[in-house]
Amino acid sequence: MRTLVDRLIDIFISLRLTVILLAFAIVIVFIGTLAQVDEGLYNAQARYFRQWLIFGLDVFGHRIPLLLPGGYLIGTMLLLNLVAAHIYRFQLSVKKIGIQLVHSGVILLLVGQLATDMLARESQMHFVEGQTKAYAESARSNELAFTTDSGNGDEEVVVIPGRLLASGGEIQDGNLPFTIRVKSYWENSEPTFRAPMMKNGPPLTTNGVGAGFDFHPDEETKSMDEKNVPTALIEIIDANGSLGDWVVSGWTSDDEMVQGLEQGYAGQVGPEMARKISDQLTQPQSIQTGGKTFTFALRPERVYFPFSLELLKATHTIYEGTDIPKDFRSRIRLRNPQTGEDREVEISMNHPMRYAGLTFYQYQMDAGQAAREAGRVPSSVLQVVHNPSWLTPYIGCALVALGLTTQFMFHLVGFLSKRKTK
Amino acid sequence: MKKLKPWVPMILTGVLAAWFLSTLTPTPDADFKFNEFGQLPLVFNGRLKPMDSLARNSLLEIREKQTLDTEPWKGWDENPKIISANEWLINVMMNSAVADAWPVFRVDNTDLITLLKLPEASAAQKQDGKHYSWNQIAPTFDLINKENDRVQKIESAERSAYEQAVVKVFDKLMLYEQLKNTLQPQDVPDWKEELADYQAMIPAGVAALRAQQAGQKYDQAVFNTFADDLQQLDDMSQLDAPLVVPPQDPSGNWQRVGTALLNAAKGEPVGPAVLAYAAMGDAFRRGDAAAFNAALADYRASLVPAFSPALHKAASEVFFNQMQPFYAALVIYVIAGLIGVCSWFNLSETLRRSAVWLVGLAFVIHTTGLIYRMVLEGRPPVTNLYSSAIFIGWGAVVLGLVLEKIHRNGIGAVAAAGMGFITLIIAQNLAIDGDTMEMMRAVLDTNFWLATHVVAVTTGYASTFVAGFLALIYIMRGVFTQTLDAATGKSLARMVYGIVCFATLFSFVGTVLGGIWADQSWGRFWGWDPKENGALIIVLWNAMILHMRWGGMIRERGLIVCAIGGNIVTSWSWFGVNMLGIGLHSYGFTDAAFKWLSLFVASQMVFILLGLLPPRMWRSSQARTADAA
Repeated sequence: MRTLVDRLIDIFISLRLTVILLAFAIVIVFIGTLAQVDEGLYNAQARYFRQWLIFGLDVFGHRIPLLLPGGYLIGTMLLLNLVAAHIYRFQLSVKKIGIQLVHSGVILLLVGQLATDMLARESQMHFVEGQTKAYAESARSNELAFTTDSGNGDEEVVVIPGRLLASGGEIQDGNLPFTIRVKSYWENSEPTFRAPMMKNGPPLTTNGVGAGFDFHPDEETKSMDEKNVPTALIEIIDANGSLGDWVVSGWTSDDEMVQGLEQGYAGQVGPEMARKISDQLTQPQSIQTGGKTFTFALRPERVYFPFSLELLKATHTIYEGTDIPKDFRSRIRLRNPQTGEDREVEISMNHPMRYAGLTFYQYQMDAGQAAREAGRVPSSVLQVVHNPSWLTPYIGCALVALGLTTQFMFHLVGFLSKRKTK
Repeated sequence: MKKLKPWVPMILTGVLAAWFLSTLTPTPDADFKFNEFGQLPLVFNGRLKPMDSLARNSLLEIREKQTLDTEPWKGWDENPKIISANEWLINVMMNSAVADAWPVFRVDNTDLITLLKLPEASAAQKQDGKHYSWNQIAPTFDLINKENDRVQKIESAERSAYEQAVVKVFDKLMLYEQLKNTLQPQDVPDWKEELADYQAMIPAGVAALRAQQAGQKYDQAVFNTFADDLQQLDDMSQLDAPLVVPPQDPSGNWQRVGTALLNAAKGEPVGPAVLAYAAMGDAFRRGDAAAFNAALADYRASLVPAFSPALHKAASEVFFNQMQPFYAALVIYVIAGLIGVCSWFNLSETLRRSAVWLVGLAFVIHTTGLIYRMVLEGRPPVTNLYSSAIFIGWGAVVLGLVLEKIHRNGIGAVAAAGMGFITLIIAQNLAIDGDTMEMMRAVLDTNFWLATHVVAVTTGYASTFVAGFLALIYIMRGVFTQTLDAATGKSLARMVYGIVCFATLFSFVGTVLGGIWADQSWGRFWGWDPKENGALIIVLWNAMILHMRWGGMIRERGLIVCAIGGNIVTSWSWFGVNMLGIGLHSYGFTDAAFKWLSLFVASQMVFILLGLLPPRMWRSSQARTADAA
């Protein structure tokens, strides 16, 4: 009598399951590629690859009602299938060594990717020449930061993750002597200046930046090259009652976006007035309660390092007589007070810096002719990646390559010698 | 006759080799030394190249051919006048009155032809309805500019065929204008004299400019003429024309003629190049071949020894252009393939050996071209889509020859010839975009990853295609002929299986190496980029075939049908994903490529359906049952 467990084991170690899973993988990868055209890379990834089950597909704007396994499910099942087959069919023979190697390599790759998915963190450092920074910023997530003087000369920062604002309601934090009530939240937004001579509607609030600017919700962007800039209307309430409504917006803390906005206004009202308008947008906002002053801003989520980097020089070289980029290169001074390090490092395309468990990659740069002509200080953006499992693909690839080569050499040698004896 | 038979393959090979060698020397010049002019070095699109390459690549871009037929309305039998790329370029650069009347701009889109009011085909009117001259298009420049401005705002993947044609014709006109402004401001009838006047005027002109700026008295006539000259030179240097003026010091930067002459006003010496080209142009317009050749020889002499390496590199590239190894290989592959197919029917060992010898010859030429290109570029074999086609073909031919060596049944030889032919045809069509040795953008500027990841992935493509091609042979011979006996079928299936194993290895390693490269350059091993996904699909597909085979889910015929599916997934990864217009590897693509890809996929579907027909409908199995009975 075969038990249910036996039958389940049979299914899990079967080649048939492998084939079905591979076939589904092909379908999902194909659909996930097509979907990028309409949905953008990030959304397509989230919908098809980083997903257990897929309910319904959209291909070139056509909806197909289908239930399919997502990337996570396929990956996990393949992993189970492989591990189960290994356990139940394992034979230590020279003939099978190739296959064993291949499969352990594939297992390592699958596990490694799962780990990367869970553990890897990406952030960016944007600095101009001469600037020193000891933190990187997230490209996607924001935080509402309250900064106050701790009394011993240091600043004390309390941050509230942007996703808490997005979910709305009332937010309390043990380190803050007040409650934050989220009145509205927009994932993407656009500011307009409340020009004094124009007919403006009622302002969102008369406090701080809200007095001078209106903010409107904007359609969420799907492109990889653009980002969403959120805005929230919050009310701050301490023990004595409301401290007023305040607008907190990603716009106020993003130098690049503010610069773009200023350039737009400069065309309409002249550079001097545009400067005043943008100053008004970036003016810090603060409240006072319990004898303390809290300055607050919605800004990209920060990751602090125990060391600092200074951008010494950003170089963008091109091929003679063209505008084809040849090289992007950032010369950096790395200072670490803990280890006493103080040295110069060069980061360029394909030559990242690995330091303290982080990897710094050359990402973007504004140091070419356009920057020079516009009189901007050359700047550079580094991509900062924390990925504890970054080595797994290297080992996995080596194992699979070795295994496949061994296996096929066996076949080939066997085949050729059989022909000879014929 | 019998005694001759063993010699047939060698004789055939000898004849074709002699043909190839005979194409190595260019047609000798009658009076003007055009060929020698073609060897002069310049810098364009960021790299040093000879005039000959500028001429051929520009003509390819503008006319989609490397030569110019000045009477396209005549049929081939009517002996139309054909001129070389160099002769055309010299006329564009030095004698535009003649060149502007030649029908060199190819325009295919009928909407665009109507919009630009271009004449239709008519032998009496000396029009072919496809090729037009600068003078014919000139009246509608404003219209083209306006349309181009509009279309540039549309994402390239979303442009209609007409809109793509607008951008194309605009680019062709821009390139032509750059060429016209390379050696002299365009349309100046007597540049040598004007140049002399300008040089003579510099001291007085600069004095007049300074005086005007300082608010002092100055000579109004001198000021006006000089200011006009400077304006003209500035316009000329704004066009991003090729850089033909070598630097004073060989390690410095090359300059455009316009820039060099503007700098002359600042007191920098005018190099011999500007004057020499002016002298050549003057002699050329007067039809004085002796003076032209003398000026050319003087200029070449002035480049020695400082620019000897540049001259040498230019000359090697001219030789490569002249050799056209991939074209020669393509022709020989066709002949070899046809002979090979014939060998299946009469089972003639002589024909089979002839096919193998010819594939061998074509392969030697193919390899020579591949290596020559690598040396010229200083790069691994694959740097762009064009070179990927050449390399895929090369790899496929290697595999085909290995199979032929093992099985000796003409199948490997035909697969080699067929794959060589198809991939080189694709390469020829990709070359129409202009220079195939373009510079590598920053992130790609790494020979290590180009040599490992790119080579491994393209080898994976090549082998998956070979398996697919063998499968096509199986189906065609099996369904339509009686030549697929049980032994041949079994041997074909073994070949396909072996090649699929090989393909799995290379596509897997190549794909993962690509991930490692991505990890090295921006810290993301896998980013779900369309090109990455395309490669992953090939790996998954091959792995699926192998597991189905091992699990007994498919046998001989199933394996064959799946291998044809490999053709579809590989062509998707090679070309299809680029057409989506997204991701890191998107190159932007034309409708023509999409049409061909769709046709290819459809044809493979048909073969899959044929493969699924029940055996009793296959001619070969009918023959087998008849034999058994």
